[in-house]
Amino acid sequence: MKVLSLLCCLLAAFITHPVQAERAVTDSASRTVTIPDRVERVFAAGGPAAIALYIIAPDRMLGWPRANRAAEIEFLAQPYAGLPGVGGLTGQGGEASLERMLSLQPDLIIDFGSLRETYIDLANRVQAQTGIPYLLIDGSFENTPAALRLLGDVLGVPERGEALARDAEATFGRIDALLAEVPEDQRPRVYFARRPNGLESGMVGSINTEIIERAGGINVLGRSATARGLVQVGFETILAENPDLVVTWDEQFYRDHRDDPLWQQLPAVQAGRVYLAPMLPFGWIDRPPSLNRIIGLDWMASHLYPDRHQIDLRERAREFYRLWYQVELDEAQLDRLLQ
Amino acid sequence: MNARAERLARPASARLSLIGVLLLSLLAGALFALTIGPVPISPGDILATLIGRDTGQAGVVIWNIRLPRVLAAMLVGAALAAAGASYQIMFRNPLVSPDILGVSSGAALGAVCAIFLSLPILAIQGFAFAGGLLAVALVSTIASAVRGVDTTLVLVLTGVVMGALAGAATSLLKVMADPYDQLPAITFWLLGSLARVNSGDLLPVLPAVILGLIPLVLLRWRINVLSLGDDEARALGIDASRLRLMVIAAATLITASVVAIAGVVGWVGLVIPHIARMLVGPSFAVLLPVAAVIGAGYLLLVDTLSRTLGAVEIPLGILTAVLGAPFFLWLLARGRRGWT
Repeated sequence: MKVLSLLCCLLAAFITHPVQAERAVTDSASRTVTIPDRVERVFAAGGPAAIALYIIAPDRMLGWPRANRAAEIEFLAQPYAGLPGVGGLTGQGGEASLERMLSLQPDLIIDFGSLRETYIDLANRVQAQTGIPYLLIDGSFENTPAALRLLGDVLGVPERGEALARDAEATFGRIDALLAEVPEDQRPRVYFARRPNGLESGMVGSINTEIIERAGGINVLGRSATARGLVQVGFETILAENPDLVVTWDEQFYRDHRDDPLWQQLPAVQAGRVYLAPMLPFGWIDRPPSLNRIIGLDWMASHLYPDRHQIDLRERAREFYRLWYQVELDEAQLDRLLQ
Repeated sequence: MNARAERLARPASARLSLIGVLLLSLLAGALFALTIGPVPISPGDILATLIGRDTGQAGVVIWNIRLPRVLAAMLVGAALAAAGASYQIMFRNPLVSPDILGVSSGAALGAVCAIFLSLPILAIQGFAFAGGLLAVALVSTIASAVRGVDTTLVLVLTGVVMGALAGAATSLLKVMADPYDQLPAITFWLLGSLARVNSGDLLPVLPAVILGLIPLVLLRWRINVLSLGDDEARALGIDASRLRLMVIAAATLITASVVAIAGVVGWVGLVIPHIARMLVGPSFAVLLPVAAVIGAGYLLLVDTLSRTLGAVEIPLGILTAVLGAPFFLWLLARGRRGWT
């Protein structure tokens, strides 16, 4: 009798609560998370995650950490470009309240980037508090193909994840083949200028400037035991280090440095070897440090090794925007990007 | 009959009913705050959730998000106001807030250290708590080692110096922190927020706050005497320096506990005791509960605004300052009238 009533209860529970199919996924932090079989609505925890999500499955997006600006929208696919700004969770640009996030009814939260203890903890807490599965994906350069495949699998678009992963692998392969021929001591020395005065930069190991090393350059600022983030640099240091070339994403610095008597002292500036990285819709070499930097690798290598890295940057950009951002660029847009 | 005598003459029952009215409005405010939020939930659903019915997403929102936040806001507000009232009485100075002996700057340094080392959230709270206690312990030890001068002055000056030192160390860590994932977290913590509070955070904090409140309640009459000055207290047979040490310890425990979960929330400990004093006069026995209840209500209001005004959370420190600063200036303009 007891067993029968229990069975009845179970049956009733099944009828009233249709169980959604679920499966377990292991994320980059080795957390095992149960996610719905079909993920429809995804909340990106920060800027890098929003870009990764946009690239792989834009139709699952609920919004951007901040609303896109007109100049950015032009380089993004519609209707996703116009999605509202909904904030993030990781403090990488405005915090959304948990409840505001819940009101969007996501069935999955994704963070893409650092796997530090603080972020693992945040993921566990938010997951426990809201009951919404929260995946942490390693956003480092080396993990890019694996991250793309994992996201493709999670979001139910494995073919797209695979295609993107192959393109990333091909890019890394191109760079590695090039670097195999260049010994360490012959690699160009680079200064990465930030801010309108160009006097902010990152040391070796900073996520903001790591594209220098990945594309085969040497960061003139070297390694530091203490400074992990951005540093303020005195102009004398730059002059003493004498970089072979200067890269920047700051348009104002790029415009101003030519009339600045100080910067004119630098041989790299005299030789015209200052390069402005494209910034639309996302930065090519930084801002934010996410999948948008894959195209930056080819850009960087072609400026580091103009003779060896024989790639048609214009064609590559066209192909990258088509495959990764799902937008078709016209000639005028390509001109503006690669001015 | 002047205002002070009038207040003193006010019968105890009137004060009790005032506290009753304040408590009832606080409860009403808390219930109202539960109904506010981006997820639309009908009052009926909230009631059903509160009496234990399963209401799906509404249940998650109420139990895991809104209720912990509402409780945390009230706890933090009450704690900061109680600590502020104790400090103002003890130092006989209306411009004193719980931060004066360096508890907030010490807690901030502790938390920023933990964020810089990428430690888990529990460790950030633990570091903040320990940092706050440590800073005040250092200040008290140094001040008691300096003899022969005005003790209160030495205490406050040491507190200011310690605060400046901790602030410098915090700034150094900010310069060295990773701008992408640590700096925003540090900034947000330094401005105070209850955005991430869950019920698990409240459990260790509540007993610590109560533990700090017990001596304040038990010693309420003696603390009153302290406001007359050390000589008068001595004449009445009270060891002023020992009593002061106990009040500092109790108020520091209270402040450090709530700062650990909410970050640095300014202004509450400074402004709320003044409002309470205007309502019920300077007698500490009445001032303490009234300040605590008003503080709870004030931070409840501020936190509700913080989570509903914009699409992103507005740090509490910004709102408490925006609301508190004009009021404080008005108090300053009025001068010190009504202080004793």
